Amino acid sequence: MMPSGLRRIGIALACIGSFLTTPVFAEYADVVLNRMAEKEGMRPVIFPHWFHRIRFRCKVCHAELGFKMRAGSNLVTMGDIIDGKFCGACHNGNIAWAPENCDLCHSGKPGLPPGIFGGHDTNGPGRW
Amino acid sequence: MLGFTRTRLLLIAASLTASLCWAASGWAPLADDGLHDPNGPGIRLLQQPGDALSNLPGDTAGNNVHWIPALQKGVIVPREKIGKDTPVRRYDRDVFLNLYGSMPAVRFPHKPHTEWLDCSNCHDQLFKPKAGANQISMFVILQGQQCGVCHGAVAFPLTECRRCHSVANDLAQRLAAEQAIADAQPDAHARLEQMRREASVPLLPSPKGTP
Ligand code: HEC
Ligand code: HEC
Ligand code: HEC
Ligand code: HEC
Ligand code: HEC
Ligand code: HEC
Repeated sequence: MMPSGLRRIGIALACIGSFLTTPVFAEYADVVLNRMAEKEGMRPVIFPHWFHRIRFRCKVCHAELGFKMRAGSNLVTMGDIIDGKFCGACHNGNIAWAPENCDLCHSGKPGLPPGIFGGHDTNGPGRW
Repeated sequence: MLGFTRTRLLLIAASLTASLCWAASGWAPLADDGLHDPNGPGIRLLQQPGDALSNLPGDTAGNNVHWIPALQKGVIVPREKIGKDTPVRRYDRDVFLNLYGSMPAVRFPHKPHTEWLDCSNCHDQLFKPKAGANQISMFVILQGQQCGVCHGAVAFPLTECRRCHSVANDLAQRLAAEQAIADAQPDAHARLEQMRREASVPLLPSPKGTP
């Protein structure tokens, strides 16, 4: 009686706990870029792979545009973006909407660490 | 006491149904995904994953999208380059790995990989371009290296063992052996073509009237 009661409390606490700590149900392969954004007073940036890979193959970003395949390893500044580098190679008002739409990229919750998310099955290199 | 337990049971039931709802719907709304700020001004403008992904060929892992048929059947038409002069490189060759392990052999297909990726995404940083020249291991893959750079991060996750370990060991050994024989005779195809042409000479009307 006692052990099973305790176990139930444990499970209940775990469930409540998981709600309190806001479980992450991020879409697979979402990347948070936040090396500087929050320090500079902006929300963290969320880059959705699922949205972009419908429109572009990996090689466009990871070979042609030179994004290194390691979350947090690319030092992206707004200066670069406005100069047409990184996100700015497309977000230039031509291939995609222009950098003035700050809130579409800077859409993350405050306090998110840079990294790859959504790996509910395996956590991915950024997390190992 | 009873009421207390019942509350707890209700909580458990509630959280179980909550997680079942997540599992059933597949794609969480952005406002609840733990990443997007539900109070931010951007959230209403962004597309919900489910709105885009539910129209694509389904799967049971990762984005719940079977990306290879989505691309090959033209359901999605992602651009392959931005610059006019950027070369597009494709390669169609299977490499069979792990022919003698406890798991079925691994078939690495270049074709679907090079439809998405450029050679430089793997060669020579991750893998030397020579069959057997790399010490690939499941342990290292699970650390997020080698195949695990992409699988487990963006491409289908490592829980899907049989998609990589997909060929019976004895069959993979025979296929690899056949490949080696064909490779050892790089002119085999040309010679075959030549023979066919020669054999059919008498049957063809000669273009300039000469035999
Ligand atoms: C196309 C997406 C995108 C848009 C649009 C965008 N940003 Fe950024 N921004 C980024 C990325 C990516 C970073 C790098 C994040 C990091 O690592 O911290 C960044 C970083 C920053 C930084 C910190 C680095 C630096 O260069 O100072 C500031 C400040 C910033 N953005 C402000 C803005 C403002 C203001 C706007 C609107 C005028 C804007 N951003 C629009 C993607 C974007
Ligand atoms: C529109 C551009 C774009 C496309 C297309 C794209 N990526 Fe990415 N990728 C990024 C960005 C941006 C990052 C984050 C870089 C950072 O945080 O410094 C990233 C990060 C990654 C990482 C690192 C994850 C980690 O665990 O550290 C991998 C692996 C990756 N991408 C693989 C892929 C694959 C595979 C595809 C094709 C199916 C793809 N990407 C398509 C832009 C893109
Ligand atoms: C290869 C081109 C390319 C690159 C590089 C690129 N994007 Fe995009 N992005 C697009 C296109 C195209 C759209 C869709 C624009 C439209 O709908 O008009 C888009 C849309 C978006 C959206 C909106 C998604 C939605 O739900 O509507 C976000 C957010 C975004 N990009 C962030 C980024 C960030 C952050 C980076 C850099 C880390 C980046 N993008 C780099 C092409 C690109
Ligand atoms: C992305 C592809 C991929 C996935 C997914 C994958 N493996 Fe592997 N696995 C490999 C490769 C590649 C090797 C090393 C082949 C070699 O020896 O050269 C390997 C080697 C192994 C080995 C050691 C060799 C052997 O057969 O004894 C084991 C065990 C193994 N994998 C088990 C698993 C299990 C269990 C899963 C699922 C949880 C899994 N793998 C998922 C690619 C994969
Ligand atoms: C996703 C990663 C990846 C990409 C992209 C890729 N390769 Fe490979 N390649 C491999 C792996 C893994 C092997 C096997 C290495 C081993 O057996 O140790 C290989 C082997 C090879 C081999 C040797 C084949 C053999 O049987 O000996 C050649 C040649 C090669 N690749 C050429 C290319 C070319 C050309 C491209 C671009 C058009 C390319 N690869 C793209 C991963 C990749
Ligand atoms: C640079 C990124 C990258 C690396 C490294 C990589 N893959 Fe993949 N792989 C992909 C992408 C992208 C797909 C497309 C499917 C998807 O996104 O889920 C894919 C698909 C596959 C498929 C499915 C093929 C099919 O026809 O269904 C297999 C099998 C596979 N990979 C095995 C491997 C093995 C084994 C390795 C390591 C030797 C490896 N991959 C390394 C990116 C990669």
